[in-house]
Amino acid sequence: MREIIEIPIDDAKPERFDVLKTQGIPFGNDLPEKVKTLLKRAIDLFLEFSQPLGIVSDISIPEFGSVYHGEGLNEKENPLDKIFKKADNLALFAITIGEKVSKKIDQLFKKNEFALGSMLDSVASAGTDKAVDIVENHFLNLLSNKGEITPSKGMLRYSPGYCGWHVSGQKKLFEFSHPEDIGITLLDSFLMKPLKSISGVMVIGEKEIFKFEDSYPFCDQCKTHSCRDRIRALFRESRPDNKKGVV
Amino acid sequence: MDILKEISECLQQGDDQKVFAFTKQAIEEKVPPKEILECGLIGGMNIIGEKYRAFEIFLPDVLMAAKAMYAGMDLLKPLFIKEGIPTVGKVVIGTVQGDLHDLGKNLVGIMLKGAGFEVIDLGNNVPPERFVETAKKEGAYVIGMSALLTTTMPVMKRVVDLVKEEGLSGRIKIIIGGAPVTEEFAQKIGADAYAYDSVDAVESVKKLLKKP
Repeated sequence: MREIIEIPIDDAKPERFDVLKTQGIPFGNDLPEKVKTLLKRAIDLFLEFSQPLGIVSDISIPEFGSVYHGEGLNEKENPLDKIFKKADNLALFAITIGEKVSKKIDQLFKKNEFALGSMLDSVASAGTDKAVDIVENHFLNLLSNKGEITPSKGMLRYSPGYCGWHVSGQKKLFEFSHPEDIGITLLDSFLMKPLKSISGVMVIGEKEIFKFEDSYPFCDQCKTHSCRDRIRALFRESRPDNKKGVV
Repeated sequence: MDILKEISECLQQGDDQKVFAFTKQAIEEKVPPKEILECGLIGGMNIIGEKYRAFEIFLPDVLMAAKAMYAGMDLLKPLFIKEGIPTVGKVVIGTVQGDLHDLGKNLVGIMLKGAGFEVIDLGNNVPPERFVETAKKEGAYVIGMSALLTTTMPVMKRVVDLVKEEGLSGRIKIIIGGAPVTEEFAQKIGADAYAYDSVDAVESVKKLLKKP
């Protein structure tokens, strides 16, 4: 299965919380009127200039093994190497919200509209993440309709450049799924263009396979340890925040 | 209220139109341009920086203040050129070769200009040699580099090495930043400073140049 998905722009509209987080504004803060206005203007521009598109391609475990090996630059020990081999389903994905938003951000900065440009950048980043969620749900629904999803199963996504998967892995990922068909190109530095694009693999399997300790050597370089939240969300666990804890 | 205080207050409120109007008025009242800059505009931006570091305000407030700063600066710039008043210092900035992310770098440029520095922005995808050549040609004392990809971080080391090879280590200081960049990485490659964000970058550059 390989499918190009047109994502309705209203569905990709990000949550206020996700935007403000990237602006460094903590949740629960009473926003000044001018920041509220700025946020509204940025969301309106996002809705006007974004063109979200996604592509999702089934991939077998051996095929993904080859994609994942990439240029042979992954960390020797890494979590995904163990996880994907136990997966029930794998799918490569790529999504973009297009080039127009990035151009609009540039224009705003050139006109000294720094706050609006920066807010639009945050909206666009959060909107790109939301678009991936939509593609993820779409794929999950397809599997669910085939009766392949049970309550003990879960889905997490991983991207080159994170958790020991070297960013050069983009090369093989592009060779397999051809995100060029939705307008994403890969530069020599493995950077995707348009900048507001995300690619990676969606892994579906028993929830247990996703557990790992964030004690790999490269975890020390990680500034977010967001894997903890992602795994916790999968199990819907409620536990005190423990940056380096075992899930 | 003292007109310089008015400028500073309006700048802190992010009111670019009032900053423009008061700066114009101050020029007309023959307030020395350097005083308008240092006490009104930079004075206001310094308070903004302090409030930001104390989490009293957030990025949008800082950037609205920066826009107001630019409104005043646009009026002062021709006077500085006419009177030959030097800037606080020159800084060359850019996103390293292979990387096109420039939002963080742009914010650093905005904040440095807001602190009175002259900023030479080389844009993104900048080859190592261009950083060094430009710094030499322009007489800049600081090179600021940004990277958002781990694959492009080695370019930063190449620039540090080039500066050393040319015997400019003491004269040209190097500051780096970007999402994957850390203080440890900066030390490892021999950079002079690491900046966590744009406000931090201004403080670090001031320290490097021993500016108050």
